[in-house]
Amino acid sequence: MKNKIAAAPYLVWMIVFILVPLLMVAYFAFTDKDGNFTLDYVSDVAQYTPIFVRSIWLALISTVICLLIAYPLAYILIGMNTNIQSTMLMIVMLPMWMNFLLRTYAWMTLLGNNGLINAVLGLVGLGPFKMLNTEGAVVLGMVYNYLPFMILPIYSVMVKIDKSVLEAAADLGCNSWKTMVKVVFPLSLPGVFSGITMVFVPAISTFIISRMLGGGGNLLIGDLIEMQFLGNSYNINLGAAISLVLMVIVLLIMTILNQFGADEDGVMVM
Amino acid sequence: MSENIVTLNDIVVEFDGERILDKINLEIKDKEFVTLLGPSGCGKTTTLRIIGGFLNPDSGDVMFDGQRVNGLPPYKRNVNTVFQRYALFPHLNVYDNIAFGLRVKKIPEKEISKRVAEMLKLVNLVGFEKRSINRLSGGQQQRVAIARALVNHPKVLLLDEPLGALDLKLRKEMQIELKRIQEQLEITFIYVTHDQEEALTMSDTVVVMNGGKIQQIGSPVDIYNEPTNAFVADFIGESNILHGLMIKDRLVEIAGSQFECVDSGFGENTPVDIVIRPEDITLVAPDEAKLGGIVESVIFKGVHYEMLIEGYDFRWIVHSTKAAEKGASVGISFTPDDIHIMHRMKDNEKKEETAENEE
Ligand SMILES: Nc1ncnc2c1ncn2[C@@H]1O[C@H](COP(=O)(O)OP(=O)(O)O)[C@@H](O)[C@H]1O
Ligand SMILES: [Mg+2]
Repeated sequence: MKNKIAAAPYLVWMIVFILVPLLMVAYFAFTDKDGNFTLDYVSDVAQYTPIFVRSIWLALISTVICLLIAYPLAYILIGMNTNIQSTMLMIVMLPMWMNFLLRTYAWMTLLGNNGLINAVLGLVGLGPFKMLNTEGAVVLGMVYNYLPFMILPIYSVMVKIDKSVLEAAADLGCNSWKTMVKVVFPLSLPGVFSGITMVFVPAISTFIISRMLGGGGNLLIGDLIEMQFLGNSYNINLGAAISLVLMVIVLLIMTILNQFGADEDGVMVM
Repeated sequence: MSENIVTLNDIVVEFDGERILDKINLEIKDKEFVTLLGPSGCGKTTTLRIIGGFLNPDSGDVMFDGQRVNGLPPYKRNVNTVFQRYALFPHLNVYDNIAFGLRVKKIPEKEISKRVAEMLKLVNLVGFEKRSINRLSGGQQQRVAIARALVNHPKVLLLDEPLGALDLKLRKEMQIELKRIQEQLEITFIYVTHDQEEALTMSDTVVVMNGGKIQQIGSPVDIYNEPTNAFVADFIGESNILHGLMIKDRLVEIAGSQFECVDSGFGENTPVDIVIRPEDITLVAPDEAKLGGIVESVIFKGVHYEMLIEGYDFRWIVHSTKAAEKGASVGISFTPDDIHIMHRMKDNEKKEETAENEE
């Protein structure tokens, strides 16, 4: 009873700010400008398939790169003494204290044709290379911005693994690589899956990074949706339809992931 | 020399400048059941970790079969461990936990399933194969930990208080079972416990430790009957430990009276500690003995009565199948055989010194 009362404000919050907007998206996606039911907009989404594919592809690459950087880093971190651990975590978190837009602007000035990197390369007679307005720049921006969201969940799960369990693995014949594969990895999976979720979902729907670092040629779904609501191709219904399809895709991918991620105790990661 | 399967030479371990193990010397023979016995915090687990390879000594040598193995990682040592807090793999079920070591060694699955089944029978967990570790009681987890180590048939098995979480009945059963396994599989057991009864009933050799030092090494009978100092005597069982004076060989002064005894070689007029076991004392009429006192309490302990006798400046513990009357005046009698003379403990001397300094 007490719990229910305490939960009430959150319930209201969830209804007003999550459920209602979701229902509104669904409503606009399935109606035309006069409010009549139609499937036109939802079927129109099909014409943007290449953009969807590119968004999923870039988000996937970024997520994998984040994972490849974050996992070994977390494993190295937990082997260090606690003082160094907290300092290193601080450094990981440091960029997050700065505004997201500013950080991305910084990359623009670094990567531009007249930017810092090309200037330095120019001194040794190389370049200039076209780095800004490429897919690579978009992936870089995503990895840079979302990496902490991969490191933190993996680290926090790994640090809780009982050290004596690792000793038990060594006792039973595992060198440190086998210990990692047979014990640390399975036990850190929940962290890996929440890290993947926390990187993949914002990466697939970003529009700032792609526009600032990808230029006009690397449009992503996020840009497409933004254009329907705020841009000159103003079309709320189409925007809602694209959003709905995106949500369904994300939900599908996460459900598939969780098929692997949910362990015996049914720990869900999402 | 080479019949010693494990040898520790002058092992020293320090944590934060504090000496945790102080020159541990230990020789363990093949197929021996050795127990490290001592109070909590005395360094038993640390000693096991040195042997298992989880910790390297600050100085001293660890030898296996006469070969120095300092720095050799645990997975290269033919040793398995039953950890004090089990350290089971939480992501694996009972079967997979026990099979873990065999799978690492790439033993065929058919053989694995045979050996795991044997182990499950041994530790009384048949039918629990698929059970998740998190849904086992402490005692069941402990038995999985024993099975997981034993299934590998190591040459040396390290057991860190492996029966601590079991209730008395199961503990007694497992004690017998472990002893049987050790003899049948001919494995060297290095067993840690703080329970002196467990140590005395199971071991070939008992190593009594305190404060990072070995106090005594010997057979259970030796340790019980001939403790080398007051700490061992006290730790091994309830006992009467008195200060005395060795007048000369075979004559000792206890509480102001002189007694014949069987010990010699302590020199003349040497302060010593004396142990007289509660069950060795006979209560007699006050005028039939040199020492005596008033019966302060009588408690029935199942087989015998435990009585406290308030003497002149010492309170005696006496075990007897016959109860004396509370408040009665009694004489305390023992034979020369029952008097165990020990060198006065260094720690005692230290304490006395500091006490003197404070005055
Ligand atoms: N990693 C460590 N760091 C600092 N002190 C330790 C560490 N491990 C053990 N100690 C200390 O060493 C002493 C002996 O510990 P331990 O060998 O576990 O004793 P026991 O197993 O006999 O109870 C204790 O005082 C304990 O606090
Ligand atoms: Mg211990």
